[in-house]
Parts: sequence; C-alpha cells; structure tokens
Amino acid sequence: MATVTTPRTTPPATGASSPGYRPSLAKRVQLWLAKHFAMLSAILVLLYLFLPVAYTFAFSFNDHGKTNIVWQGFTWEHWQDPCGVAGACESLVTSLQVGAISTLVATVLGTLMALAMVRYRYRGKAASNVLIFVPMATPEIVMGAALLTIFVQGFSNIGIHLGFGTIVFSHIMFCLSFVVVTVKARIQSLDPRIEEAAQDLYAGPVQTFWKVTFPLILPGILGAAMLAFSLSFDDFIITNFVSGNENTFPKFVYVASRRGIPAEANVIGFSMFVLAVLLVIGAQVVGSARSSRSRGRSRSE
Amino acid sequence: MSGLAQVAGDPGVSRAAPAPESTKRSRTAYLLLLPGALWLGVFFVLPLVQLASVSLQSRYPGFPGYYYRDVNVENYVSALTDYAPHFARSFLYAGLATLLAFVVAYPLAYAMAFKAGRWRNLMMICVIAPFFTSFILRTFAWSQILADEGWVARTLDVLHLLPGGHIINTPVAVVAGLTYNFLPFMVLPIYASLERADPRVIEAGGDLYANGFTTFRTVTLPMSMPGVLAGTLLTFIPAAGDFVNMELLGPQRGKMVGNVINDQFLAIPGGYPVAAALSFTLMAAILAMVFLYVRRFGTEELV
Repeated sequence: MATVTTPRTTPPATGASSPGYRPSLAKRVQLWLAKHFAMLSAILVLLYLFLPVAYTFAFSFNDHGKTNIVWQGFTWEHWQDPCGVAGACESLVTSLQVGAISTLVATVLGTLMALAMVRYRYRGKAASNVLIFVPMATPEIVMGAALLTIFVQGFSNIGIHLGFGTIVFSHIMFCLSFVVVTVKARIQSLDPRIEEAAQDLYAGPVQTFWKVTFPLILPGILGAAMLAFSLSFDDFIITNFVSGNENTFPKFVYVASRRGIPAEANVIGFSMFVLAVLLVIGAQVVGSARSSRSRGRSRSE
Repeated sequence: MSGLAQVAGDPGVSRAAPAPESTKRSRTAYLLLLPGALWLGVFFVLPLVQLASVSLQSRYPGFPGYYYRDVNVENYVSALTDYAPHFARSFLYAGLATLLAFVVAYPLAYAMAFKAGRWRNLMMICVIAPFFTSFILRTFAWSQILADEGWVARTLDVLHLLPGGHIINTPVAVVAGLTYNFLPFMVLPIYASLERADPRVIEAGGDLYANGFTTFRTVTLPMSMPGVLAGTLLTFIPAAGDFVNMELLGPQRGKMVGNVINDQFLAIPGGYPVAAALSFTLMAAILAMVFLYVRRFGTEELV
C-alpha cells in the first residue's frame, strides 16, 4: 500500500514531469547502467572469451626454461623460430592438410544432400533428417570410440590402418552434418520462384543450377566450409582415438601439456587466430563491397 | 493483378506435378543424397553397430586385449553400477555449465541482436574468433590463470572467498572450463533466433506496462526459445562427453564418464567391452534426454 501512495506525495515524482528536473547523480548512473546493461555485459563476456587468448599471446614471449608456466622474462626467440620444437610444425602441417581435404569433401557431399533435402520430395525424408541429426547429438567420445573399434577390428582386415587416412575419413563424417544444416538454412531462405523463373526463361536444370541457384547459395556454402575447417582443425577427441601415431596440432599440444606446452605452440596457436580473424574480416569486406556494388548496379538499371 | 499473384502463390498449382515428373525428381534426389548418406553409413552407422557388438563381447581370460563374440550383459551392469558416480558427475557438471553458459550468453546475444547496430558483425567475429586458437591451448591457459599462484585465486583468497584454498583441480574449475569452451555454441543460436524477432514486439511489451523482467519473461524469451533449445543442446551434449577439461583443470579423483571411456580404450589393455558399454549408455542417455527435452519445449523440426 505504502508504495502506491508515496509517489503521489513526494516532490521528486511530481518534479520528474517538469522539464527543468535533473535526477541526482546516483539516479543518472543507475539509469545509464539500466539503458546500457546489455551492451556492458556483452563487452564483459567478450573480454572473458578473449582472456585465455590474450594469455596465450603473452606467454608466447616468455623466456621460459623447462616449462612455460611462470613468467620469466621477455624474449622474441620463439617468434623467430616457431618450428624450433620437434614436432610442432609437422603436426600443424598435418592439421592443415586434414582440414583442407575434409572441408572439401564434406562441403561437396553436404551441399548435394542439402539440395536434395530442401528442393526435392522423396520417400525417406524423415530418415535422412534423422541420419543428419543424430551425429550432431552424439558426443564426440562415443563417435571416436565407435570409429576406433571399426578401424581396429573391422577395416584393418582390408588394409586400412590408423593414421592420416582414418583421421580424414572421420573428420569428413562429423563435418558433414554441420555442412548440411548450414547450407540447408541458406537454401530455405531463397525464393523458389527465382529458379522457376529461370526455367520459364528456357534455362535447363543444369544451367539453372549453375547460373541461378549456385551463386545464390554460395555464401551459405562458404560459411559451411569455414565451419567445417574450424571443426576439423580444432578437433582433438575423435582425432585422439583414430590417429594412431600421426600427430595433429591439437594432439601435439595435448601431449605436450603434461610436461608444459612450449611457447612455440603459443606462437602457432596465436598466429592461426590472427590469420583466421584477418580472413573473416577480409571476406566480410569483400562481401559487403560486392553487395553494395550489385545494389548500385540494380539501381542504375 | 491480384488474381495472378494468387495463381503464382497457390501451392496447389506447383504441387500438382504430373506423376512421371515427380519420380524423375525423386531419382535425382536419391542421387544427390547417395554419396553423403553412404559416407554416414560407413563411418557413423557401421561403427556404432560395431561398438554395440563390442559392448557385448567378453575377454579371453589371461589374454588382455583379446575378445570373443558373446552376449555379455555383464558389461552394461558394470557400466551402470561401477560407473554410476561418473555418469552423475558428467550430467551434473554439464548441466551446471549449460545453465551458466545460458546466463552468460543471453545478454551477449541480446546485445548483438538489438543494441550493436553497425558493430554487430565485429561482435560476431569476436564470438567466433577465440575458436581459432586451439581449445586445448585455451583450456591450458585457464589452468594457468586459475592456478594457486595466479591472480584470480590470490584475489579470492585475500577476500576470504575461497573456502578450499584452491580453484584449480576442483570441480569448480571443471565447470568453469566447460562453460567457457562451449559458450559460443550457446551464443550463436540464441543470437540467430533473436535476430529474426521483431524488436517492435518487445517495445510493445513495454508499452503495455510490463516491466523489464516481465517483458523479458513473457515476450523476449519465448521468441528466442528455438535458439535457447538449440544452444542448450549444443552446449550440454559435448560437455557431458568431454574429458579434456577434467584432465587439465580437474581433480585427480572423481573423474567424469568421458575420462573413463578414454582411459579404458586408450590406456588400459582389455578395457574395450566395458568402455563400449559405457559409450552406448552415454549415447542412449543423451538421446533420451534430447528427445524428452525437444518434446517438452520443442519446435517442429530441429535440423
């Protein structure tokens, strides 16, 4: 009851409606915080996301002895020779190769599947949806374990042994679903009447696909490829099961972490981060330039 | 004019395709699906069948690492009794991490969708970018940041907010690591569904004299529900199966089920059957939860 009656009688409430009123400093800070609460907490969360990256960067300059754990002084040494530690760059090259092959195959197979699932009616659509969804709902450790048992107890009889090949086979498998989902979303957002219009203008199915459909879904395909590459490049759990003696970069780091990760790994990890960010920003700039150019063209016509 | 639009927009017209045309189209569909489906068949379904058969195998007594085909349900009994605490910890830690990730991710996704303006793309890049530093490197960085000599532990200790004296090598550090590692999987789907929402609907909530929290609870949150659903699944599933955070941040005793599966397969000879039974139990439990969860809160189509 009291809360209802007080605003009517206290001066600040009546003053608030008059134009000359300025709230107290505390009140203004409170209002400002309330207005910017979402943005402020967003910035805090982003700082939280970047904290370990900053730590990795800082400790790439650590003049460490046996273990890179306590700060012992600044040095450029590790940046001058990131391959100075045995196995670091070899594992990086393996990871890049695995990532490139897996991305290429998964993106092609996934795009074909996404096209079929959105654009065609066929029997067994529900089954194909389940086949795409279940791998994403399966923990990596279960997939890794299952792949290990089939490679060791089944496929080794036909000459497939743990190593580079089995890593690539497995990576294609777990990237595939993510590609399908990403490309599917892009195709679903398109107006099917654009393709119908192309066919009305006597374009054949092949011509329609390459001249109309493909350019329209290309951003989705590129996004899916980027996602696939980052999933493959950073995968450790499945790779650990199926790699045998082959070392990928995450596996190298994990094995090294028992004794202390050398600063050269920090150099490589941070460089990949910078490269990826530059690539993404570059793609954004090119994309927005192209879209504004095509907008300009359609306006002038 | 309106008649033309009606004809063009009438779904009945395009659906009434002649029969031979539709069979030809479905044959194309199968051709497009075939390579990917085969790949998933050989490298997802077949390995799971093999895993199921391994989970029922028995060991040759005296020959570690050798098994014979059997229907040994004992493996499942062992998985459910001996390792029940590990399952409980996995689901508890993953559940807590999912909840924390939701609390941390929502304001970020909200700010990106409604407040960021021209900074939106930059913020998006910031969410994805940490991914490109290997997650093992980042988790290792956390183990250093949370170490006893680190500033986090020392500050909390000075403030008498650290009852045990340690953060590192405790379940708290594991939950923190899980929350951190899977946070982008929570942010991105929530952002995607909020971005599709009309901000004017939320303003209308305010106009109808709902306060901030009521507007959030009755308008904003329901609109972002598909994203929240996807985000919680994408966080909970990998967190429940994870073993790296426990290995790098957690205590020596009181491991999660992921650690047991990993060790039984890769470190302990003769561990295959029980580890396979554990894997299958984990997968079944997660799929059952996903199914119930989607039925309770779910959208029509998840994929």
